Amino acid sequence: MSISRREFLKIAGASIILGFGDISAINALEKVEGTQVLKDIKALKAKRWAMVIDIKKFKTEEDYKRVIDACHRIHNVPHIENPKHEVKWIWTETYEHAFPDIEYEYIPEDIKHKPFIVLCNHCDNPACVRVCPVKATFKREDGIVMQDMHRCIGCKFCMAACPFGARSYNWLHPRDYIKEENREFPTRTTGVVEKCILCYWRIDKGLPPACVEASNGALIFGDLADPNSEVRRVLSANYVIRRKAELGTKPMVYYII
Amino acid sequence: MLEAAIKGRPRYWGWVLFLLGVIIIGFIAWLREHHLGSGLTTGLSRDVSWGLHVGQLTFFVGVAASAVMVVLPYYLHNYKAFGRITIMGEFLAICAVVISMLSVFVIMGQPARVWNVLLHPTPRSVIFWDLLVLMVYLILNALCGWTVLSAERKDVPPPKWIKPFIYWAIIWAPSIHTVTAFLYAGLPGRAHWMTALQAAHFLATAFAAGPCLLIILSMIARKVSRFDPGSIAIQTLAKIATYALIIHIFFIGLEFFTAFYSQIPDHMRSLQYLYVGLEGHKELVPVMWTSSILAVIGLFLLVIPATRRNENSLAIAALAVFFSIWLDKGFTFVAGGFIPNPFERVTGYWPALNEFLVAAGVWAIGFLVLTILYKVAVSIKEEMVFDKYGEKQVRT
Repeated sequence: MSISRREFLKIAGASIILGFGDISAINALEKVEGTQVLKDIKALKAKRWAMVIDIKKFKTEEDYKRVIDACHRIHNVPHIENPKHEVKWIWTETYEHAFPDIEYEYIPEDIKHKPFIVLCNHCDNPACVRVCPVKATFKREDGIVMQDMHRCIGCKFCMAACPFGARSYNWLHPRDYIKEENREFPTRTTGVVEKCILCYWRIDKGLPPACVEASNGALIFGDLADPNSEVRRVLSANYVIRRKAELGTKPMVYYII
Repeated sequence: MLEAAIKGRPRYWGWVLFLLGVIIIGFIAWLREHHLGSGLTTGLSRDVSWGLHVGQLTFFVGVAASAVMVVLPYYLHNYKAFGRITIMGEFLAICAVVISMLSVFVIMGQPARVWNVLLHPTPRSVIFWDLLVLMVYLILNALCGWTVLSAERKDVPPPKWIKPFIYWAIIWAPSIHTVTAFLYAGLPGRAHWMTALQAAHFLATAFAAGPCLLIILSMIARKVSRFDPGSIAIQTLAKIATYALIIHIFFIGLEFFTAFYSQIPDHMRSLQYLYVGLEGHKELVPVMWTSSILAVIGLFLLVIPATRRNENSLAIAALAVFFSIWLDKGFTFVAGGFIPNPFERVTGYWPALNEFLVAAGVWAIGFLVLTILYKVAVSIKEEMVFDKYGEKQVRT
């Protein structure tokens, strides 16, 4: 508790005088408290999380499915068939659609039509964060672009702003489309936007993102700011591409093809 | 002054009841959307996440801004012919802002949380600024319109303190539409919207569609009441709309040149989808061409002096231009920006019936506000002229 009795009384007194009653007093106190929350001692720490997707290591359909299911199952992502209303955090797109700007006619056929894993790029300069009118989507200090489904008002501005199509809106009641509910993670309601949150809640417990864990080394995750991290080692040893890097959002998901 | 709104002939009450009926249907449709989920009640999708309602925001902010086209000549240049129509422009702006704000409100997936926009002000978001400038503009127009009208009723000149607010409203009008354009023009990866011309183009369309609507409303006011905004005012509005329409068509040409001479695919594809269809999807092509044809009809009728001066052909021109721009800005512009999607896939868009009914409810609320305000204004204007001169209002 870093707030003195004197400060507490000051905030409480001022709020009563201004007639705001309890709410603003609690808010003011929370501001002090919020910054002081201790992280789990086991929490993974980084200046800038990033991911490298080694697409060569995805060989069978099962390789993709395992990664996608791991995420969608623990996050209670509803399974909606209609592509117009589907909700997805991590999924596959063929190379030509994932990288429409660098899709060349005469590249090897197997790459051209190969499914690529796509997800939120956790951009370092995220357009979605800039446009959100209620800070429901925001960037954490370690670079994770967060989505607070409880604050989202459902204006869908972030969906217009995201150049990667990474965001899904709940057009239907999502709870009707969840087969097995994971009680560890909240389900959502209709009318809010959701997306990959890079398993911040696992990272804070010292665990890697679920997709990384399920990928058998095909997804590499680590601190971009740390020259000795695995992502940096992989990035310096391989030629990599990013989706729509020319737009300046600084996507943090790299692909080895 | 409001008492004038509760005195009226059966025709007036019939119209008010009709609007109330549409509002109730719209409200039920809105509740239905939230009950079933907007997946089942709108034409929107993961790929085209904004549609008809955001189009209404875009279009009606323009109508609101266009009030400056009567306010500015009257107050800054003392253009007397606009003396009677200025209040109509200001009250139309109020109606249009109401429609704009409600159009944003109805897209919200969690309407109960919408006050978070003010509870957690986020100045980096354009929506925050849009809400702010629209609210200020609403208050300014209500204040200026009401104060000037009250003074007129008492047969005294308007108070001096209102002047700064009138000038403020004049500066504010272009700013509301500029902010609306910034909702679109600053998004990476939406090439159709990303043009520095956006705000200027929006203003051009606004200054064409707004005066055309005012011409139509003036003609209606003249038919249903003894109040006549005056032929000179209508003719001046027609000239304003003509120039603005020409600039709008010129700007469309500029967009086409940039996209198709540069041959940059991202800049061409939305235009291709809208005008000829893309990958077999042609949902909005008929709408776009209807808009284009109406614009050409309006252009000819407005540019040729004889058809502009003839009030019958002018009425047709005004309707043509209004609907041309509505179809473009209020319908296809928003969806067009989403097509193709970030994966270069084409998902079409067409509004669902329920979505249309919600929009109709929003229009009806706006037009109910307009009806009440116009009823008050017209009653005062009618009285004023009779008291002062003891004769029927002269048609100039």
